Amino acid sequence: MSVTAAADPMLPEPFGILRKRRELSDTFTLELSPLHGGGTFAFRPGQFNMLYVFGVGEIPISISGDPEDDGPLVHTIRAVGTVSGALRDMEAGDVIGVRGPFGSAWPVEEAEGRDVVLVTGGVGLAPMRPVIHHLLAHRQRYGKLLILYGARTPEDVLFRKQLEQWRSRFDMFVDVTVDRATGKWRGRVGVVTKLIARAGFDPHDAAAFVCGPEVMMRFSVQALNERGVADERIHLSMERNMKCAVGFCGHCQFGGQFVCKDGPVFRFDAIRDIFSVWEV
Amino acid sequence: MVRIEGLERILREHPFFEGLSADYQDLFAGCAANERFEAGGFVGREGEPANKFYLVRHGIVALEYAVPARPPLVLETLEEGDVFGWSWMVPPHTWAFDVRAMTLVRLISLDAECLRGKFESDHRLGYELFRRFVPVVAKRLAAARMRLLDMYDSPK
Repeated sequence: MSVTAAADPMLPEPFGILRKRRELSDTFTLELSPLHGGGTFAFRPGQFNMLYVFGVGEIPISISGDPEDDGPLVHTIRAVGTVSGALRDMEAGDVIGVRGPFGSAWPVEEAEGRDVVLVTGGVGLAPMRPVIHHLLAHRQRYGKLLILYGARTPEDVLFRKQLEQWRSRFDMFVDVTVDRATGKWRGRVGVVTKLIARAGFDPHDAAAFVCGPEVMMRFSVQALNERGVADERIHLSMERNMKCAVGFCGHCQFGGQFVCKDGPVFRFDAIRDIFSVWEV
Repeated sequence: MVRIEGLERILREHPFFEGLSADYQDLFAGCAANERFEAGGFVGREGEPANKFYLVRHGIVALEYAVPARPPLVLETLEEGDVFGWSWMVPPHTWAFDVRAMTLVRLISLDAECLRGKFESDHRLGYELFRRFVPVVAKRLAAARMRLLDMYDSPK
């Protein structure tokens, strides 16, 4: 039995917090399980849920777990506001509401046969992790697989152990850079776009998935274009103030589209003209 | 028989000198030398005379500021294909920061005194060098501006 897609998409399902794990000073991961039982929480890489702290509010959070794992539902959250702050203060055994999954997914089928370049920054690695799991689970379907990750400092590198594990594999390439560091850091220092300029992939056929703060995505798209990656082969995950998550309320309207329903994953050429507009 | 690798070929293959005529490659090679630094070694120290610039052939170097009572702050790391050291072109011709080898590093150094003499008699040669340096400076400036944006910060 699946716990996804409740009959009423506006009705939260109660989920219990099984575990809470601190990732960074302001970022944590929750493992959730439906209170009323049920099977695997089916979702596609890139989709999000609405997480409801009763009496406080509801926020959209991308799923950060393995889509092919039948374990708990996993969300990685950065505490930046009232609801995310309330989630940070919760503990194992507490109950929250979950609606979802919602939104579009990374086009993993479309990318088959191509090199796949994942460009990500900061906490943007969390929504990217399900697609990494998928690509690795079906590794033979893809060409080269590259993760290019940027963070503010070494202390802000998310999923560090997992990045190290992925980096130790022979069938993928992982490169990490930070904006600033002290002499104790043995890795690269510089902007994430420099990783794009250096990375070994076929720019004329590669698929690029970009996820991070929008200012980072802006420069990443520019660097991908400079390498020769066409807009049609670039997808990115947009973040907007989503409320209903099903395209009713219009809070997340982005030009002629709704980020909750038509996104959050968009092909870049579909949003290119409004991507840099201050207020659409 | 062991053949010594010609600096002309190394310069020709380095992206910094892409498209340079053979005559000028020879001229630059006349001012060039191979250098090697072990991990932790300093290629340049802040305040010391800057009389060379470098092409990275292998390894990683860090551009650093020393800070009292703290580990040095790394401004940027550079690696194969990169160029560093334009302080020799800008008064007072001293290194603006430390340059430390993070790994074993192999570099090609170009001697500023040697080049200045040649530029005086051949302005075209100077132009060829400067038109290669300006994009490097522009890219570093763009990267520095990008980092000022603190772009990994989430919107509040």
